Amino acid sequence: MTTSVAEPRPAGFFRDLISVAGRALRSIPREPEVLAPALFIPVFFYFINVGALENVAKASGVSDYRAFQLPVAIIFAVTGLSRASALVLDIQDGYLDRLLMTPIRRVTLLLGLMVADFTLVLAVQIPVIGLGYLMGVRFETGILGIVAFLLMGAFWGLAFTGFPYAIALKTGNPAAVNASFILFFPFAFMTTSFLPMDSLSGWLITVAKLNPVTYLLEGMRSVVTGWDVASLLQGITAIVGVMVVSFCLALLTLRGRLRSGA
Amino acid sequence: MASPAVVTESLSRDFGDNHAVVDVNLEVATGEIYGFLGPNGAGKSTMVRMLCTLLTPSSGQALVAGHDIVRDPGGVRLRIGAALQSAALDPMQSGREILLLQGRLYGLSRRAINERIETLATLIDLGDALDDRIKTYSGGMKRRLDLAASLIHTPTVLFLDEPTTGLDPISRNRIWEEVRRLNGEGMTIFLTTQYLEEADVLCDRVGIISSGQIVAEDSPSTLKRRYGSDVIVAQTPGQEDRAVAILQSLTGVERVERHRDDVMVVTPNASKLLSPVAVALEEAGITVANLTMRTPTLDDVFLELTGGRLRPGEQE
Repeated sequence: MTTSVAEPRPAGFFRDLISVAGRALRSIPREPEVLAPALFIPVFFYFINVGALENVAKASGVSDYRAFQLPVAIIFAVTGLSRASALVLDIQDGYLDRLLMTPIRRVTLLLGLMVADFTLVLAVQIPVIGLGYLMGVRFETGILGIVAFLLMGAFWGLAFTGFPYAIALKTGNPAAVNASFILFFPFAFMTTSFLPMDSLSGWLITVAKLNPVTYLLEGMRSVVTGWDVASLLQGITAIVGVMVVSFCLALLTLRGRLRSGA
Repeated sequence: MASPAVVTESLSRDFGDNHAVVDVNLEVATGEIYGFLGPNGAGKSTMVRMLCTLLTPSSGQALVAGHDIVRDPGGVRLRIGAALQSAALDPMQSGREILLLQGRLYGLSRRAINERIETLATLIDLGDALDDRIKTYSGGMKRRLDLAASLIHTPTVLFLDEPTTGLDPISRNRIWEEVRRLNGEGMTIFLTTQYLEEADVLCDRVGIISSGQIVAEDSPSTLKRRYGSDVIVAQTPGQEDRAVAILQSLTGVERVERHRDDVMVVTPNASKLLSPVAVALEEAGITVANLTMRTPTLDDVFLELTGGRLRPGEQE
């Protein structure tokens, strides 16, 4: 005898979003190897940079280099952290096809992963901030400043995810997604990550002025040392700008993949 | 009479210069098990991917469960289930998590999903392993779970793309039993296969596809009657050529061929000709070591229609 069950119907945008995000979040602790570099790299560079450059930076007029370096550690932790590799596996295993044969809202396949990414990048910042605290960094702006700092880091991490997702959806190739890590270098190093703008020279100043991370770092640093609305707004603008570009790329490649049915 | 479960009109799909599916017209009745038989690369999977809304046709149209695959893909998706080639699962999730997610995406309540999992328990047959990660499952377990995932919302049309390829005979029989049971409950089944036996034992009707085109379509028995011939095989050690000469003159013989030690008499009706063959050989003084007859197979039909043999696992 067959039991009568509810009729199938589209679950709706938010239920789809929660379903996709829930699956992605469940997977994160099951793949600790994905998280390890996101925690190791910022801690490693934080110690190296502080150890090597603290005195040089003081000579350049940076009074608290440990606070100066904390946003850099955050950028190192969150930039490029995404579920793009898992998406490539879904493409290769055919699981994406299984999801696409359901009435799921297509865009939630991407947005759901991004919700999980946002949660993750928010979480990985906490031990990094804890490390900064142990090293003597104090937020002049109090709890509200810590929240603003965390949110800036998280939204930056989220904004950057569009690039690896676009590569994953375009190529369906894990090697290409891994190679997207290369994008991290110009963003993270051709900026004021080591020394303030005044101490840079030549072409690097020009590039740093064009690099949105420069404004992000200034915004985050301003939150540590005391509210500076102008720096904060510039930082937020930089995040929004990168987010618009990367999300458009990711959504366009999603549409392309759905149309080609590849 | 119920409207057809699947109707296609001049459905085609090109990949650049490769015409994967060419002008396919077919109609699958509601409640039918329809089989698409063809070798690798014949266009079976492309056809299924179009009907499952994963691939847009280059031209032509198709209705599945009464909904247009291009204009109303959402309507199609609510009514179909599909298990595509090689189980499409996430190895990092448990079987139960996959089924719950699948049910949620169809808007089912948690209670309804749990009821469905209970109903599908015989098919899934994973016991406690349902809560283990899928990466620990065997091939047969994955296929059963994949099939269960495609059934969680009780679809009216089920697509199975080579559902038993790579499975051992026991797992294959279990899938066949389940297909028959689902069909008995009224579900229309559209399956692709490169296994002759599978098409023969499961399908009400079979469409033979070659190079993207349907070259014949009917029930397996009708196809065999229409395109295949019965064969009587006689073994006459050392006297094969004489036997061929004698048997060619019998009434009701289409042709006689010698294949090594076998003399093969091709005829529309082997049971009727078996005695005359035995008598003719006896009267000619030819010693018969063995005399057998066999009915045509779908492979004979395929050979007749396309000039090639179906050999599972090989590229066309």
